Amino acid sequence: MLSERERLEIEAELARHGGDRRSAVTEALVIVQRHRGWVPDEAVADLADFLKMSPDEVDGIATFYSLIYRRPVGRHVILVCDSVSCWIMGYRTIREHLGKRLGIALGETTADGRFTLLPVACLGACEQAPAMMVDEDLHGTLTAEKVDEILERYL
Amino acid sequence: MRRTMERPLTQNIVPGREPLSLGEYEKAGGYEALRKALRETPAEIRAEVTKANLLGRGGAGFSAGRKWSHMPTGAEARGPRYLVVNADEMEPATMKDRLLMEGDPHQLIEAIIISSYAIDASVAYIFVRREYHLSARRLEKAAAEAYAAGYLGKSVLGSGYGLDVRIHRSAGRYMCGEAAGMLNAIEGKRAIPRSRPPHMAQVGLWGKPTLVNNVETLANVPHIVLHGWEWFRGLSRSAEEGGTKIYGASGRVKRPGLWELPMGTTAREIIEGQAGGIADGRALKGFLPGGASSEFLTEKHLDVKMDFASVRAAGSHFGTGTLVVLDDRTCPVGACYSLELFFSRESCGWCTPCREGLPWVARTLEALEEGRGEAGDLEVLDEHVRDIQPDHTFCDLATGAMLSLGGALKYFREDFERHVREKRCPYE
Repeated sequence: MLSERERLEIEAELARHGGDRRSAVTEALVIVQRHRGWVPDEAVADLADFLKMSPDEVDGIATFYSLIYRRPVGRHVILVCDSVSCWIMGYRTIREHLGKRLGIALGETTADGRFTLLPVACLGACEQAPAMMVDEDLHGTLTAEKVDEILERYL
Repeated sequence: MRRTMERPLTQNIVPGREPLSLGEYEKAGGYEALRKALRETPAEIRAEVTKANLLGRGGAGFSAGRKWSHMPTGAEARGPRYLVVNADEMEPATMKDRLLMEGDPHQLIEAIIISSYAIDASVAYIFVRREYHLSARRLEKAAAEAYAAGYLGKSVLGSGYGLDVRIHRSAGRYMCGEAAGMLNAIEGKRAIPRSRPPHMAQVGLWGKPTLVNNVETLANVPHIVLHGWEWFRGLSRSAEEGGTKIYGASGRVKRPGLWELPMGTTAREIIEGQAGGIADGRALKGFLPGGASSEFLTEKHLDVKMDFASVRAAGSHFGTGTLVVLDDRTCPVGACYSLELFFSRESCGWCTPCREGLPWVARTLEALEEGRGEAGDLEVLDEHVRDIQPDHTFCDLATGAMLSLGGALKYFREDFERHVREKRCPYE
């Protein structure tokens, strides 16, 4: 079941955007994910019902996008940029440091459920490469020390 | 306040400072272009933009005015008509639209209103990538201010012309930046390409006439309307192409960044002048002139003017005009691996050359980097560059992916051969 708040937020999105119901599907998935951290199977079915789509159609959208999570993720998601400018400027050092520090590889979540580590396409912050995004915050000109200091801010 | 003529697009942008509010933007001369536009006919504005020779800044370089002229107009034309603003800036090394949206959101809103009026669109979508949280917040605020002041809504400044602006936020996939994929995404479908014909100016969003333009392209429109096409042509150092360009440089330069300069500024002026040259006293190995979807160029191309025609003549693509610079310590095979990893991951999977070919290319490059390269690997790469060509794929994603690799195999072939021969990356 979609919660009352989820339904209200999706309704507001539909009202704001016009168009048919399915055009709100991306934002509806984001809304569910904001409340639950990820998008479980039953939410896919409930959204399909609500938006007059089939569950497969909704899942087709959910799995298309890299920032919709169909598995549980940590409280904070680290998106580390591996595109060409960051690659040139030290992405591999940053990824290795993150992996060692957190004890996880790309695609994994720490045992305490605090962090999930994912690669991301160019964040448009190439002038401050290497860069990463934690939740909605952009961090650039990264070094191993700076990464440590940044991680401390996300409990 | 007098407008700074040399850099119209960034005149109001001060890095690190909040963008101008509506009132401040108006005081700086903002929305004057809209008032002027509303006194003219849509056809007059289209003609002005065509004469200005404003070429699409999203990478394709097609004349914006000519693209607009494909839209059906007049009482007989089907409606509603849509303008879709491509703000899904995910091309690696491209960061220029973020600057414009974060730095001067009202400029984009004004540009959208004028451009929509010029093609008689009643709804404009701004398609923003999810990671651009700050851009989306600032655009939402600017749009709300514009509605409250009567610049948007049922009758723009009482003119009788009505426009709604809707901000659509994506959820992460480069393929959404492809125009037809973007229309599918807005409709709530997977962002796969569409076959053409029909052209989207005839059959676009929800089957209605639709125009898709890049953020930077549109941002030029108010300035063309206000100052005229001759002024716009005069901003440029290019033979035919009008205006300024937001150039960028990232990678191994002293001062990576973005600069608004005359269209046709040379690569040398950007890399050695604006960006301060190669960092740490090293030498230039090569550079991509226009983001990930362009062929590598080398030192002998430094005096090439960075505009669509000149870069094409030099054997590459101007693309987004944001340069990626490699020094002589950067492995070009590794850089290609990063590029192809990106393209293979971002493929929508709709057509075979892209879905199957790009991962194969990426895995081959990974093997070379890790010392597992074999005789014949370079031929596999050559084959993909040769065969993944326009008309073999539905859209330009895979063909764009082959450009950097093709250039690297041409200019840095010895580096690829050394990886195979020495069974390791010689740059490690």
